[in-house]
Amino acid sequence: MMRAALLAALALLLGGCSADWGWYVVDPSTQTGWTNLKFLLGGLYYTILLSLTAIAISVVVGLLVALPGLSQYRALRAFNRVYVEVVRSVPILVLILWVYYGLPQVMDITIGVFWAGVIALALSDSAFQAEIFRAGIQSVDRGQYEAAQSVSLGYVDTMRYVILPQAIRRILPALGNQLVYMLKMSSLVSVIGMQELTRRANELVVTEYRPLEIYTVLVLEYLVLILIVSALVRRLERRLRADER
Amino acid sequence: MADAIISARDVIKSFGDFRALDAVSLDVARGERVVVCGPSGSGKSTLIRCINRLERHEAGTIAVNGVPVDDSRRSREARRGTVGMVFQQFNLFPHLTVLDNLTLGPMRALRKPEDEAREIAMRYLARVRIPEQADKYPRQLSGGQQQRVAIARSLCMEPEIMLFDEPTSALDPEMIGEVLAVMTELARTGMTMIVVTHEMGFARGVADTMVFMDRGRIVETAPPARFFAAPETERCRDFLQKILHH
Repeated sequence: MMRAALLAALALLLGGCSADWGWYVVDPSTQTGWTNLKFLLGGLYYTILLSLTAIAISVVVGLLVALPGLSQYRALRAFNRVYVEVVRSVPILVLILWVYYGLPQVMDITIGVFWAGVIALALSDSAFQAEIFRAGIQSVDRGQYEAAQSVSLGYVDTMRYVILPQAIRRILPALGNQLVYMLKMSSLVSVIGMQELTRRANELVVTEYRPLEIYTVLVLEYLVLILIVSALVRRLERRLRADER
Repeated sequence: MADAIISARDVIKSFGDFRALDAVSLDVARGERVVVCGPSGSGKSTLIRCINRLERHEAGTIAVNGVPVDDSRRSREARRGTVGMVFQQFNLFPHLTVLDNLTLGPMRALRKPEDEAREIAMRYLARVRIPEQADKYPRQLSGGQQQRVAIARSLCMEPEIMLFDEPTSALDPEMIGEVLAVMTELARTGMTMIVVTHEMGFARGVADTMVFMDRGRIVETAPPARFFAAPETERCRDFLQKILHH
């Protein structure tokens, strides 16, 4: 339903095209248009690679930050709170700039654009992942821990085989959301020169000077990408639910 | 008691201002079946939860097989697989099949190979009379079947002691019988059992010792014949009156 509405709005927008529109810049039937289009679409690879790498890292870091948050020890819980509050307070764009321009000086290393982007996105997202995991783990009934303990499972086995499988099923919709969010936020990495979708569109606008058409293509690229990802996440959710029947 | 498998001495446990256990002492001999009853809030559940360390007692000592129950490695190692527990709410693992519920402990905690764990699991599923449900998920079973799976899950650890925390309280009346039957059968095998329950018919038939608790204390301990015929204390008499004639 949602999708149909979006597509209808888009059709109206495009239907309203007048002669003022210069679609030739991305017309695949012409030599230049085809080259331009390929250049724009080429950014998909980096957008996806960047987002997936970042989210893979942020899920792991998020879990590692969430677990101390559930500890009985105050110091470990404090670590969790400080991490989440600090990281969550920094705007992603600021984090990207700081990691790319600042971190190499602090640590006396060189970081490429890709890894600077990955680190900044993953760091930023990990605070949210930590909160999601904490809520998911807390939603698992106390009796599950007691049952695990009553068959002598240790902490790691209890988490791995009993608590996390149940928690992850519950937080899967939230994880899907984060992935969508990540795909969109990856556009910010364009500011440090990462050749992903947004950067490529920006560069093409500078040479072709047709921002309306090029940015419209950019909107469509994100739209299609995210609709596909959303559908995949929903399918995964259904499959996990089916497992329980 | 020299042959006590469980020995509790002056155990104290509080929740905030509420004293759940107020200097409780109890000895359980190997193979003995103890039924604990008493009004709600009297400390019955807390007592057995302290025995398998689901709760930490703050004073007094509890020893299982002579080893004090505490957080030390030695104590945890000694308890591993020794004390089984059946919960009021079953607490099966909902994301695992019945078979996986049964093999998880033996494989992860006792390091048994998978085929051996499965073999043990099927043996105990047969004993609780639901071997055909092995591949189902807990939610596909009735309450009575779930509780029998939970009993089998504990037995798969091949424990020396089984604790039951109001195992039939969450069940529909028509399913209570099948669970009690499994427990009665287990009692016949010589398992050491502590059962918190209000099922006095079961208690009469199975218990070696009846324990009556009230306000965090053990008020009366007696063999069932004497316990039911001539309770010594007023509170115990009152309690039995209420639950036997409701």
